[in-house]
Amino acid sequence: MDILVCMKQVPDTETKIVINPEGTGIVTDGIKYVMNPYDEFAVEEALKIKEKMGGTVTIVSMGPQRATEAIRTALAMGADKGVHLCDDAFEGADSYSTAKALAAAIKPLSYDIILGGKQAVDHDNAQVYAALAELLDISHVSIVTQLDVAEDGKSAVAQREVEGGAREVIEVSLPAFIACQKGLNEPRYASLPGIMKAKKKPIDVIDLAKSGLSADEVGEKGAKLKIRKFFLPPEREAGKILEGEPEELATQLVKLLREEAKAI
Amino acid sequence: MTSETTDFLLIDEMLSDEERMVRDTVRGFVDEKVIPTIADDFEQAEAPMHLVREMGEMGIIGATLPQEYGCPGSSYVVYGLIQQELERGDSGIRSFNSVQSSLVMYPICEYGSEEQKRHWLPGLARGEKIGCFGLTEADHGSDPGGMKTRAVKDGASYVLNGSKMWITNGNVADVAVVWAKLDGEVRGFLVEKGTPGFTANLIKHKMSLRASVTSELVFEDCRIPAENLLPKSGGLRSPLGCLDKARYGIAWGATGSAMACYEASVRYAKERTQFDKPIGSFQLVQRKLALMLTEITAAQLLNLRVGRLKDEGKGRHQHTSMAKMNATSKALEIARMARDLHGANGISLEYPIIRHMNNLESVHTYEGTYDIHLLILGHEITGIPAFR
Ligand SMILES: Cc1cc2nc3c(=O)[nH]c(=O)nc-3n(C[C@H](O)[C@H](O)[C@H](O)COP(=O)(O)OP(=O)(O)OC[C@H]3O[C@@H](n4cnc5c(N)ncnc54)[C@H](O)[C@@H]3O)c2cc1C
Ligand SMILES: Cc1cc2nc3c(=O)[nH]c(=O)nc-3n(C[C@H](O)[C@H](O)[C@H](O)COP(=O)(O)OP(=O)(O)OC[C@H]3O[C@@H](n4cnc5c(N)ncnc54)[C@H](O)[C@@H]3O)c2cc1C
Repeated sequence: MDILVCMKQVPDTETKIVINPEGTGIVTDGIKYVMNPYDEFAVEEALKIKEKMGGTVTIVSMGPQRATEAIRTALAMGADKGVHLCDDAFEGADSYSTAKALAAAIKPLSYDIILGGKQAVDHDNAQVYAALAELLDISHVSIVTQLDVAEDGKSAVAQREVEGGAREVIEVSLPAFIACQKGLNEPRYASLPGIMKAKKKPIDVIDLAKSGLSADEVGEKGAKLKIRKFFLPPEREAGKILEGEPEELATQLVKLLREEAKAI
Repeated sequence: MTSETTDFLLIDEMLSDEERMVRDTVRGFVDEKVIPTIADDFEQAEAPMHLVREMGEMGIIGATLPQEYGCPGSSYVVYGLIQQELERGDSGIRSFNSVQSSLVMYPICEYGSEEQKRHWLPGLARGEKIGCFGLTEADHGSDPGGMKTRAVKDGASYVLNGSKMWITNGNVADVAVVWAKLDGEVRGFLVEKGTPGFTANLIKHKMSLRASVTSELVFEDCRIPAENLLPKSGGLRSPLGCLDKARYGIAWGATGSAMACYEASVRYAKERTQFDKPIGSFQLVQRKLALMLTEITAAQLLNLRVGRLKDEGKGRHQHTSMAKMNATSKALEIARMARDLHGANGISLEYPIIRHMNNLESVHTYEGTYDIHLLILGHEITGIPAFR
C-alpha cells in the first residue's frame, strides 16, 4: 500500500493566542508549534496499515520552513518520507488554495489511500480534505473513528460519528481520503531510534515552480475567501455578588436578569 | 515578560534538532502518562511498573548502549535529557531508568561476556526484563569497599553469601547485578530471580521515592553457574564505573525535578493572592523565584557541558561529581523554597512539591552522598584524599 498522510503544523493547543495590533493574524513570536493533533491519528493509522499490509507512508505537508519539524516528528514515529510544499507563494492560503497546492503535490505520487485529520485545530475549517478529494476525484469519508482496509487493498470500511453518538458504517473503494477523528487509535510516541533515523529520511521540498501551479492559484492570491479581521472574545467581566435576605435576593436577581442581562 | 519557561539562557539553541525532539517526546510522555497519576502512586507506595514497557517501546532504556544489542546507541546528552524529563515527572521513574540503563545494562555491556550481552541486553532494553544493582550493604554505604558479601568458587558454580540494602528494583528484578568479594577482589555476578538461596525483601516505611521499589537482597548459600560471573569486572573500579554513568544522569534528573518545582511556583505565585495581591508581587517571593531560575540555569549549563565532554571522550568522573553534587543540592534547596512558597498547599500531594522535595532527599544521598562528592572534588583540588 502506498499511504499518504496530509499533515499540518499548528500552534500548540496550550498556546495563549494573542492577535496582532492590525487584527490580521496572531502574534507568532514564542509560539510552540506541534503536529495538528488530529493528524497524529492519521499518522498512527497509516503506520498501522503499513505494519499490517506493508508499503510506504509518505507525509505531505504545506507550511513554512518550520513545518519540517512536524514532518520529522512523523518520520520519527515511523513514516518513510516527506513531501514539503514550501514557498512564500503558498502563504495566506484558505482551505481551497491549500487543497489546490496539496493536490498538485499529490497528483504525481502513487497512492492507495490518503489519511488526514478531520480538521486542523488552528483555523478549524475542516474543509481541506473535502476540497482535496474533489480535486483528486476520489471519495472522502469524514470524522472516522474506525477503519478497516480490505485485504486486497481495494476498499475500506469506515465508521463515522453522527449525531447523538450513533455510528454510520461506510464502505468506500480506494483510493479515498479518510479524515480521522479522536478515538480512531492511540498515537504512538516517536521512539529514540526512530528519532535518530528520521534525520536521514528524505523530505522532498516542492516550491511554486516545482508544483507546476501559478502564483495566482495558490496562497492568498488563490484563496476564495479573505479574512477581514481577527478578534478575541471580550474578557469576561467580574461577576456580581448580591447580599441580603433570601427574599430580597430573589427579587434583586429577577430584576437584574430581566433588566440587565435581559435573560428573562 | 512573565515567563514560566526554564530555558532562560536559550540553552535550547545549544541542542541539536534531534536532542530537542527526544526531550520533547519524553516530556509529552511524562505529561500524559506519569504526572496525572504519580501522586497516587506515591501515596500508595506503588511503582508505576506498567510504564516500563512503554519506555522500552520508546527506546529510552539503555539509550547510550550499542545498536547491536538492541539499544539505540545514542549520546550522553540525549541520555541526560531523558533523565531530566523523567524526573520532571518523578524521581522514582527516573531512578528506574537510571538503574536499568546505567547500573544493570551498562555493566553487562562493559564487563559481560558476549553470551551475557546477547542474552540480557535486548530484553532489558525493551523493558521486558528488569534488573537491579546490589552494591550497598546495611553497614557499607559510602565505603562499599568494606563490603561483606562473599563469593566462593565451588566446581562449576559460585556460592554467594551476604546481603545488600537499599536496592532499587530489588523485588521486581529478573536479574540482579551483585557485587561481592571473590578471593578479596570485588567482582560482579548475575543472580537470576528465583535462584535458591536468593530472596528480596521490600523496604517499607520510606518517606521518599515512594513510587519506586527499594529492597534488601539476601544471599544464603546462593549457588549460581560459573558463567554468571561478569568476566571483565575486577576491583571497586567496576561498580564505580557504572555509578559514574548513573550519577551523570542523576544530575540531569535532579534538575528536572527542580524545573517542575519552579514551574509550579511561578504559576502559584501569580495565582495565589494574599493581602489583596498575587504573592508574586512581594519581594521575598520574587527573590525565591529569581534564585530558583538562576540555579536551574547554572545546573543545566553544567550538566550539558559534562555531557558534551563525555560524548567527546573527555569526561572524567570528577566532572560527574561536580554536576551531581551541584544539581542535587540546588534541586533540594529549590524544592524547599517551592515548598515554602506554596504555604500549606506545599505539604499536600495535591501539589507536586512535597513529593519532589522528599524524593530529592534520596537523590541527594544515593550514588554518593553530597559530602562524598565534595571530598572527591577536594581530592582532585588538593591531591589529598580526605575520606579516611
Ligand atoms: C531510595 C534509595 C535507593 C537506593 N538504591 C540503591 C541501589 O539500587 N543500589 C545500591 O547499591 N545502593 C542503593 N542505595 C544506597 C545508596 O547508594 C547509599 O545510601 C549511599 O551510598 C550512602 O550510604 P549510607 O546510606 O550507608 O550512608 P553512610 O555511608 O553511612 O553515610 C552517612 C553520612 O556520613 C557521611 N560520610 C560517610 N563517610 C564519610 C567520610 N569519609 N567523610 C565524611 N562524611 C562521610 C555521608 O556523607 C552521610 O552524610 C539507595 C539508597 C536509597 C535511599
Ligand atoms: C499541617 C497544618 C496545620 C495547620 N493548622 C492550622 C490551625 O489549626 N489553625 C489555623 O488557623 N491554621 C492552620 N494552618 C494554616 C497555617 O497557619 C497557614 O498555612 C499559614 O499561615 C500560611 O498560610 P497559607 O498556607 O495560606 O500560605 P500563604 O499565606 O498563601 O503564603 C504563601 C507564601 O507566600 C508568602 N507570603 C505571603 N504573604 C507575603 C507577603 N506579604 N510578603 C512576602 N511573602 C508573603 C509566604 O511566606 C509563603 O511563602 C495549618 C497549616 C498546616 C500546614
